[in-house]
Amino acid sequence: MAKTQQFCTFFLKDQFFGVPVQQVQEVIRYQEMTRVPLVPQVIRGLINLRGQIVMALDLRRRFGMEELPDSQLPMNVVVRTDDGAVSFLVDEIGDVLEADEGNFELPPETLKGQARELVKGVYKLHDRLLLVLDTERAVNSGEEAGRKVN
Amino acid sequence: MSDAEIVKEFLVESYENLDRLDQDLIALEKDPGNRDTMASIFRTIHTIKGTSGFLAFNQLEAVTHVGESLLARLRDGLLRLTPEITTALLSMVDAVRQMLASIEVAGSEGQRNDQELIATLTRLLETKEVNSAASPRVNGESPHNAIPQPVPNLGDILASEGKVKAVDLVEPVGQQNASDPRYLAEMLVEKGTVPPQDVVHALSVQQQARGQSASDSTIRVDVAQLDRLMNGMSELVLVRNQIVQYTNSTDDSELLGTSQRLNLLTTELQEGVMKTRMQPIGNIWSKFPRTVRDVALGCGKQVRIEMEGKETELDKTIIEAIKDPLTHLVRNAVDHGIESPDVRRAGGKNPEGLLLLRAFHEGGQVNIEITDDGAGLDFEKIRNKATQKALVSADQAARMTEREITNLIFLPGFSTAEKVTNVSGLGVGMDVVRTNIEKIGGIVDVQSKPGQGSTVRMKIPLTLAIIPALIVASGGDRYAIPQVSLLELVRLEAEQARKGIEQVNGAPVYRLRERLLPLVYLNRELKIDALGQDAETSEAQNVNIVVLRADDRQFGLVVDGINDTEEIVVKPLSKQLKSVNTYAGATIMGDGKVALILDVMGLAQRASVVSEVRDRALSEEGYEESQGAANGSQRNSVLLFQYGENGRMAVDLALVARLEEFSRNAVEIAGGQEVVQYRGQIMPLVRVSEVLEGRDRHAVPAGQESLQVVVYSDKGRSVGVVVERILDIVEESFVMQRQTGRTGILGSAVIQKRVTDILDVPGLIAAADESQLLAGAQA
Repeated sequence: MAKTQQFCTFFLKDQFFGVPVQQVQEVIRYQEMTRVPLVPQVIRGLINLRGQIVMALDLRRRFGMEELPDSQLPMNVVVRTDDGAVSFLVDEIGDVLEADEGNFELPPETLKGQARELVKGVYKLHDRLLLVLDTERAVNSGEEAGRKVN
Repeated sequence: MSDAEIVKEFLVESYENLDRLDQDLIALEKDPGNRDTMASIFRTIHTIKGTSGFLAFNQLEAVTHVGESLLARLRDGLLRLTPEITTALLSMVDAVRQMLASIEVAGSEGQRNDQELIATLTRLLETKEVNSAASPRVNGESPHNAIPQPVPNLGDILASEGKVKAVDLVEPVGQQNASDPRYLAEMLVEKGTVPPQDVVHALSVQQQARGQSASDSTIRVDVAQLDRLMNGMSELVLVRNQIVQYTNSTDDSELLGTSQRLNLLTTELQEGVMKTRMQPIGNIWSKFPRTVRDVALGCGKQVRIEMEGKETELDKTIIEAIKDPLTHLVRNAVDHGIESPDVRRAGGKNPEGLLLLRAFHEGGQVNIEITDDGAGLDFEKIRNKATQKALVSADQAARMTEREITNLIFLPGFSTAEKVTNVSGLGVGMDVVRTNIEKIGGIVDVQSKPGQGSTVRMKIPLTLAIIPALIVASGGDRYAIPQVSLLELVRLEAEQARKGIEQVNGAPVYRLRERLLPLVYLNRELKIDALGQDAETSEAQNVNIVVLRADDRQFGLVVDGINDTEEIVVKPLSKQLKSVNTYAGATIMGDGKVALILDVMGLAQRASVVSEVRDRALSEEGYEESQGAANGSQRNSVLLFQYGENGRMAVDLALVARLEEFSRNAVEIAGGQEVVQYRGQIMPLVRVSEVLEGRDRHAVPAGQESLQVVVYSDKGRSVGVVVERILDIVEESFVMQRQTGRTGILGSAVIQKRVTDILDVPGLIAAADESQLLAGAQA
């Protein structure tokens, strides 16, 4: 039997993403944020997660996608990193999925832009593709990427 | 048999005997009457003593000799075995065992100091027969717990509490001495002298007396455990803030009462937890005598170190943070500050230099001073160095005063000089010292007199985790400004603002007491839109200026609104946000939202306040300073206020902790004294007019609805000084003429061209306390 891996999944625009469940601390609905002036736009602000202050990163901005319509509030996927918890703002939350490691492939060479750096690989599921997010990179190289946006 | 063999035999025999000795002593304590046990103990010690004398182990002989004499008295019934004696005998056994071990390994007893033990044994030996109520055995008293400190006897406790007369004790104690095996308490209860519950009480008193010995009153705690406690405490403070804020908007009196209690308890708990993390500064100072000695030896100097205020306590994290800067300063002072003995002698000084470390609490901060009586800073050399390094132009350097030159040594470029030792005085790595101290919210300052030495002064906050901060609003968000950087608040009405804010080639400034204060607009610096700028209301055009201090410079931060001061819990920012040096951290406000804490230093740098303004401010300050010096007077900041109907007084601003306004209704009476609830404490109020003019408080015009209060804090006690009206804060050079005749007045001086009395706050409070006492006595 092939090894499997569990993913917490979410949507960004029409793309389907996943983060290994071990890295996810929790998933919560939209929280009010305090903006942080002068920092890259990718950093949307700070949220109070039961007394813990957590930085919220806008993944759409991170991928250079257009903004989520104002009528729709993003969800938080709180991920553990070496530098404490970070929240990723995503469009919608999907199920927790089990993916077979045999179905994993590295991203195609033709992948462009930010995605090339941020997608670790792809799982071929029955009906769609699951893109694995490189959380460390999404958090850390956010600075340079964000500066360009600014 | 060779000597070595004799020694070996002696060791083997003695080890065996010693093992038995321990057991025997404990058995003897349980059963002092047992002659066989006593004889056995006596024999063992006697043998060891004899043999060690024969083998010339003099230390061993000396110790066992006193032990033997003590045992002889016990054997002969001249002494009763007390826990104290047992302990002493046991420690003697330990000492003998250590010596034997040393003989086995090294062939001699080793370097030992048994004077104390011998003294103890001798003292016990000379104790007179203990035959009063002393030394009865007591229920539950275990010899293992026996400690050398005197624990009161059960009989004594009962007698002192009046439960039993001393005479009643004579008979049972006598019986006990005549080898009645029963406990004293047992006999007393049996005879009906005392009821059993009194005995139980007396036993617990006795137990307490034992528990108070030094070793039992402290425990060791893991630092990580304290950190967790502190974190939990911070969370509790946040929750408290939230609850207090929430309950203030309800009118459920029961909930309000509970939340007030919670508020009070949390504050107390917070102080308690903080205290557990406090360490005396002596902990890091204790290494300095060695450092000084090593450095002094290395450069052929003679230096004596003196310390004052070793017991001054600081939070552990702060102690850690200041350790390196302090060590650096101490090394510097010895290496560069203090001259070599020849030079000192030639200069008519004691060839031995003095390094003085002082620490003391002042205004909620800790002051640390490092003073040396060395050569002081060589201003010429610093001037040259700075011009050489192109830190200042030659022209600027020539105009600089001594104080400005002193400040140059803190410039980052200054200390990187390849050969630093030629700059006498301090000056090596001072920028690093300053950076480190400022990082923890402290400030550093150097004062130096050529030929007389230098003093480095630091002001350091007590703790980092929870700080008082001013909450301001800008662009619809709230920001916290640490109170340490805060100097004052200025509010300009729309009309005033239009006239008051002037432009110097596009840079906005405001004339604050005749000095130009550069203005920084927070929303512009943060590149956010100010709220209501377009609104035509007058409120939007009012200007709130927060006067801040950064690196000895002042600037005015213009914000949309000023909310309140609050105790905030500092939370660190993730590293992505740290790269922007405008924020010192974040905190969670009472409503659960996050607010950023502004880094005043970073903000000032961002707004170029520090670098651009410096030169001008420097020369300005220098000018005033030299003026002040010429008059032989000193510049002082004082608070001017009105008392009575038209009295005018000044108080040293350094004595003022805070200015507050209380509503008349907030004043309550406790013990005949007016008090208000203030920051979870009860603060007594002292009315200046009442004390100074003997006026009745009820005669004070009732027209005013609120009281203006100058809060004075000393050693954690706050006293509110009620004044009629606060007039102004002025910084002026004046000479005070001392006056001792009047209570509560230090003297008078000409301030703002008017003769003004200067208030003696401690004197005033003392006077108020006294009249309070008198009033109490009459009533």
